[in-house]
Amino acid sequence: MSRARLSQWWFIGTLAASLLLMLVPLPGVLEPFKPYWPALVLLYWALESEDRVSLGLAFGVGLFADLLDGVLLGEQALRLCALVFITVHFRSRLRFFPMWQQALAVLALLLNDRILLLLVRMLAGASLPPASWWISPFVGAALWPFLFLLLDDLRARLRIQ
Amino acid sequence: MARAREGSSPLFAGNAAGTLRLIVYLALAVVLMVLDQRNGWLWQLRSAASAVVEPVYRLAGLPAAGVRTLGVAFADRQLLTSQNQRLREDLLLANAKLNRMAAVAEQNERLRRLLDTQHSLKLNVQLARVIGVDLGAYRYELTLNMGSRDGVEPGQPVIDAHGVMGQVKAVLPHTAVVMLITDPSHAIPVTIARTGLRTVAYGSRDGDQLSLPNLPLAADVRVGDKLLTSGIGGRFPPGFPVGRIDSVAPAPTGMFQVALATPAADLDRSTDVLLLHDQAEPKGPPDLPLPAGPPQDLAPAASASGSAPAVRTGPAGGALR
Repeated sequence: MSRARLSQWWFIGTLAASLLLMLVPLPGVLEPFKPYWPALVLLYWALESEDRVSLGLAFGVGLFADLLDGVLLGEQALRLCALVFITVHFRSRLRFFPMWQQALAVLALLLNDRILLLLVRMLAGASLPPASWWISPFVGAALWPFLFLLLDDLRARLRIQ
Repeated sequence: MARAREGSSPLFAGNAAGTLRLIVYLALAVVLMVLDQRNGWLWQLRSAASAVVEPVYRLAGLPAAGVRTLGVAFADRQLLTSQNQRLREDLLLANAKLNRMAAVAEQNERLRRLLDTQHSLKLNVQLARVIGVDLGAYRYELTLNMGSRDGVEPGQPVIDAHGVMGQVKAVLPHTAVVMLITDPSHAIPVTIARTGLRTVAYGSRDGDQLSLPNLPLAADVRVGDKLLTSGIGGRFPPGFPVGRIDSVAPAPTGMFQVALATPAADLDRSTDVLLLHDQAEPKGPPDLPLPAGPPQDLAPAASASGSAPAVRTGPAGGALR
């Protein structure tokens, strides 16, 4: 029973850590390189244990992230919902992709996420972001194999479902 | 402990129920966004949830603070010494300047009091620290470790040692978010120090410059001109440095000149900032001037020279005729 609880806490812990990482700033030059951590972690869990990740959970995490982030309530909820829906929809295929193809798929998902964000911000009246703003999805995709292996390895060590 | 996975993930999951749920959630998110955009609920919600939100900010700010502490801990002794030396010299210079200015400032104060204006050279400030938190608005925001409990209010100007940084945009009980002057949706009324030309400086899209998009073609603006706050609009007190002009060029339309300026303040390096407490001027037009002449308490004493003005006002009033 405690193992189930441990796995539950591990799941919540990774999500909380991703939200915290989202808030931690990078030094000025590296700032545009910061990947969108909550999306990556949610993606991992959506691929690996689907019964935990639902649209409702993505919505909840997104709302909480918005509460922390303070740009627009519902913005990240929308983005994460779209991301999780697409992932779950193609889950069976994504899971059996080789790693480089999976990383490409993640890149497409993250780019889609940025386009959604741009759309929302433009409608909300913000100005066009600088070109360096588009680097982040590529960094996220490049980090994906490492993040995936790290989380998978930790999960195997902790013997968590 | 094997979980039942069968059925939950069909190979071709194209069921309508999932899509319907997605549409419902997306619609909910859109409704929330529109309502928030109209009513600004998010900040009310955040101050209600500040007990949760603020510790998270402090936690997220720890790495940045840690890096700073490590930087000091492992800094070269020589570096620290030279830095200390430089700061001492700066302080000496500043003090010398202040001493020279003190007499002028006093005179200025007296003259202004004579004119009965509300401008003051005194500063009523509060020191605040920057928390290293990235709130997702590109790089146009700053988070401070003081909030409404410390008397911070939205709209307060924020400055550092070199110039204006921005204004407080929203407050939580112990946190305040500052909108920087380089935010594209921020505008600050400025005057060009050399010529006195008044204009407005907007944030630029790149996020580290100011743009002055509508200078008259005939205006005398040169590279290197300093920008000061003009005090018009009542939000920023007059006379604070804002930036320095980098480039001047005619606008594509040919109707105006466009100038770009670098902010005077260290927007991305300051760790300590000052919150100004003087709200510059009351809004709206100034009160009607009181009857002319020096104010009552400054009027010359009746015994000493009181007779001279009395003689002069007598005939002007026409009471003798």
